[in-house]
Amino acid sequence: MTDYRIKKHPILPIPDLAEIQFFWKGQLLSAKKGETISAALFANGIRVFGHHQKDQSPQGIFCANGQCSQCMVMVNGIPQKACMEEVTEGLHVEPLDGFPVLPKIEEIPGMKNIPEITIPVLIIGGGPAGLSAALELGKLGVKVILLDDKHRLGGKLVLQTHRFFGSTKAVFAGTRGIDIATKLEDELREYSCVDIWLTSTALAVFSDKKVGVLKNGDTYILIKPEILLVSTGAREKFITFNGNTLPGVYGAGAFQTLVNRDLVRPAEKLFIIGGGNVGLITGYHALQAGIGVVGLVEALPECGGYKVHKDKLMRMGVPIMTSHTILSANGNDKVESITIAQVDEKFHPIPGTEKSFECDSILVAVGLDPVNEFYKKGIDYGMKTFVAGDAEEIAEASAAIIVGKIRGMEIAQELGLDVGSVPESLYRTSEILKSKPGSYKKIQYPEFEEGVFPIIQCTQEIPCDPCSALCPHGLIFIDSNDIRSTPVFLGDGFCCEACEQCVAGCPGLAITLVDYRRNLDMPTISVPYEFNRDPIQQKDVVTAMDTEGQPLGEFEVLSVHAIPTSDRTLVVHLQAPREIAKKIAGIRMQESQITHPMDHYIQHLDDDMIVCRCERVKAGEIRSLIRQGIRDFNEIKTITRAGMGSCGGKTCTSIIKRIFREEGIPDEEVTDQTKRPLFMEVPLGIFAGVNGDEDLIDD
Amino acid sequence: MTKLNFPHYDVIIIGAGSIGAPTAFFLAKSGFKVLVIDKFPSVGQGSSKRAIGGIRATHSDPAKIRLCLRSIEIFSTWKELYGDDIDWYKGGYTFVAYREQEEITLKELLRKQKEFGLNINWLNKEEFLEIVPDINPNGLLGGTYSPDDGSASPLLATHSFYRQAMDLGAVFHFNESLEELIISNGKIKGVKTNLSTYGTDLLINAAGPWAKQVAKLAEIDIPVDPDSHEAAITESVAHFLNPMVVDIRPQPGSSNFYFYQHSTGQIIFCITPKPNIWGFNVEETSEFLPMVAKRMIDVMPRLQNIRVRRTWRGLYPMTPDGFPIIGWANNVEGFLLAAGTCGQGFMLGPGMGELLQRFVTNSLTEQDHEILPYVAPDRDFSGQELLK
Repeated sequence: MTDYRIKKHPILPIPDLAEIQFFWKGQLLSAKKGETISAALFANGIRVFGHHQKDQSPQGIFCANGQCSQCMVMVNGIPQKACMEEVTEGLHVEPLDGFPVLPKIEEIPGMKNIPEITIPVLIIGGGPAGLSAALELGKLGVKVILLDDKHRLGGKLVLQTHRFFGSTKAVFAGTRGIDIATKLEDELREYSCVDIWLTSTALAVFSDKKVGVLKNGDTYILIKPEILLVSTGAREKFITFNGNTLPGVYGAGAFQTLVNRDLVRPAEKLFIIGGGNVGLITGYHALQAGIGVVGLVEALPECGGYKVHKDKLMRMGVPIMTSHTILSANGNDKVESITIAQVDEKFHPIPGTEKSFECDSILVAVGLDPVNEFYKKGIDYGMKTFVAGDAEEIAEASAAIIVGKIRGMEIAQELGLDVGSVPESLYRTSEILKSKPGSYKKIQYPEFEEGVFPIIQCTQEIPCDPCSALCPHGLIFIDSNDIRSTPVFLGDGFCCEACEQCVAGCPGLAITLVDYRRNLDMPTISVPYEFNRDPIQQKDVVTAMDTEGQPLGEFEVLSVHAIPTSDRTLVVHLQAPREIAKKIAGIRMQESQITHPMDHYIQHLDDDMIVCRCERVKAGEIRSLIRQGIRDFNEIKTITRAGMGSCGGKTCTSIIKRIFREEGIPDEEVTDQTKRPLFMEVPLGIFAGVNGDEDLIDD
Repeated sequence: MTKLNFPHYDVIIIGAGSIGAPTAFFLAKSGFKVLVIDKFPSVGQGSSKRAIGGIRATHSDPAKIRLCLRSIEIFSTWKELYGDDIDWYKGGYTFVAYREQEEITLKELLRKQKEFGLNINWLNKEEFLEIVPDINPNGLLGGTYSPDDGSASPLLATHSFYRQAMDLGAVFHFNESLEELIISNGKIKGVKTNLSTYGTDLLINAAGPWAKQVAKLAEIDIPVDPDSHEAAITESVAHFLNPMVVDIRPQPGSSNFYFYQHSTGQIIFCITPKPNIWGFNVEETSEFLPMVAKRMIDVMPRLQNIRVRRTWRGLYPMTPDGFPIIGWANNVEGFLLAAGTCGQGFMLGPGMGELLQRFVTNSLTEQDHEILPYVAPDRDFSGQELLK
């Protein structure tokens, strides 16, 4: 059986874990100690975990985040979420087909009273916002409980292998997300007043101002905080298309979790929907993990993500098709191909422009929504409630770090601590970091051709400044009052010492160096390179690409080297003719065959456009109810059960609201659904104070 | 005022819930031009959707027994007659006894229930375990079992009554609140809402927990005050539990609790808080889940692994004696009260809807007259139901 584990990664260390064995449908398979059941199944090439009871549709990984229940399997006779449970030696895992049989238990377990804790500050969510707020409060000695449902702190930072944008001074720009998480966590652990609860999920904010928490996944505790900070991040929006729930269709978060946390390859050939930063960055992560990226479609005429992210992907050889959308994911039990089409200005597919591509996975990255249920309940129930990060407003992690810091200070003030006022400059920095990217400008190449100097291919205003700090001579200028301004090289060919720190350190991989000193006609070009070292060797011939992914020719590699200050980004030297030297921005990383469309396009005839994955409700059903005049979301729930399934409406809510808009119904005419606890399904025994996993095992 | 040109309806019903929706259906079916006014955005959004769906005729008084027997006939044949699936499931009801005092109470009640001809029997421990194999057998004395009772989905059923009523011409106005009753010479003449005015000679107060406020507009005081109960629903699992299980042992914080497996495979459960929590607040509290979870696992240890999906609170429009108020208001002609269903509105609804239709058409039967004193608006409310 093929092993789908990632064995080598340019950024991530591959831990050496002990090998164990478990059973899947009675067959012995190998797993790594400490990995989840879903990771072990994926590593063995198993992606269908069961079938839905309503329509027998194949079920598998969707959120990889413990939020939905699509990955349920039977584990030693008990239904469990494969993405949350660790695989252990000799475990018997079976697919879940239809409803699970509740295991028979005759003995009454020991039941304890539910403990109640009071605390000055409770923070829900240990991502960038929650971590920085906790840090500010920790510095002041405030007693805090910081909850996070994962095994480690950092939120989505721990999945981000790329260098961060933003301000070097304020928010660790230039450092990789994974390392920012470690830095923040290490610093936070210095403060004993901050109690960190990992694998602990907030389940509900109750009207008696208590927060129900599932601690360590097995103990229920009520916390009564004086102040609640909600920094629960975002959830991904999803869209409807035929075949949208086939195993192999993932959100970006799930895909990043599988690749960068679980270190498995969920795909060989990936197609991406959505040209925002999330889609673009995930495409880059896929390439780094050795996964081919067949293409990316974006419905808007231009990608919404940073141009440097887009350019980077195009240079690697990924076609980006704007004004295109997905029509269907095709395949029987898994994704086998995708059909796309061009769209008109009203986003309607244009007949005759359909194309199909072979792919085994489709990544949907069409935007984020705040996870703000707890914040709303806190406010409704009259608690002192604060909100930070994506839970408040969708923005970059760098902005979440600053806003978290600000909220930490504001909470300290609210607690009556003598901390002075929050500096105005912090608010301003947070606004700058939240700002959307500016318009594209044409790249201005320097006219001189002598000596050595950088070419800065960064021509869009974005909040980012590491390059200006990297140059030892201060030759790269960014206005420190507004780091959104584009960088400018202030020198000529004779002041740069070719240290290549800017090349290796630019988070957008948007700086090259052209060195005419040895050979004026065939200068040496330094390009950044963040892939495994083996594929490119000295004397290899590679395809050089311009900023936007046009091939410029095939050239010899002079060297591949690391520079001392750089962190895992390598620099490749190419030699190329003077006429094109400045235009070279990178090296193509994947062959173009993978990106070719199929000879004919595949029509998807089944109507299986699913809105509610839990209850298998189709878009057509919702649309027809809206056309009958229904305006109350709750009535749609009543009739179709959409939103009444195990995920609690986390996926379908935004889709249904979108269908209302598509049908021309203004938001104010629509009654939103009633949101009720719990945030996640939890066994009844937990609420009865049944402790420990051993009590949950069948006798 | 009466000269103004506003739309006139034969009957106006306040409240499109467990009572209002089936009543509208039965009236529309008899050819009446019906308007239903509800302040919520769609059908059943007040208390109806918060009901857990249990349906039993095994009460202790002739009125509720008669009404619910008829309701069961309507629920159980609904799909056949009208095509809409309302999740009717004839799983029966059990009242379980672990202590002598509950055994005595239940057996006393049983004697009365049998007198009314109800299909209910006492099961000893072994017999009870056959019906509910997963019940905790330790200390189990037995219990009553009424196989003809069952459950349905309040969401689907109320919605279906509404849809069928509309098909028959009933008109529903949502997001509209009643502001004034137009009464002239002691007779109902119409209603004024925040949006419009409608004429009618016949008004039905089916406003559930808000019925007192509606009656007050006619300067009538009806003793209906809501208290709140909290409920929850789990994930779906393969069918393993047939009847509703009711445990009437009082415990700190709760006077009883009950649960059943809905036809979707989900377990739905609810407690009756003790002391009662009076008022209109339906915000979730932290106390419910730990309290009910212990009681449930104590009675059925198998439930410990089932995942709880959602919790909510709903209102029981209580009357002092535990019986509903059904009948003409004394001082205002044309004002029909259909209120105070004490948390049993869903199971009473269809039977009550038909009864109200007979009130309106002046075709009350002899049987109706037998039960009406128990629910009369002007009765002495100091009596008590044997078992609420």
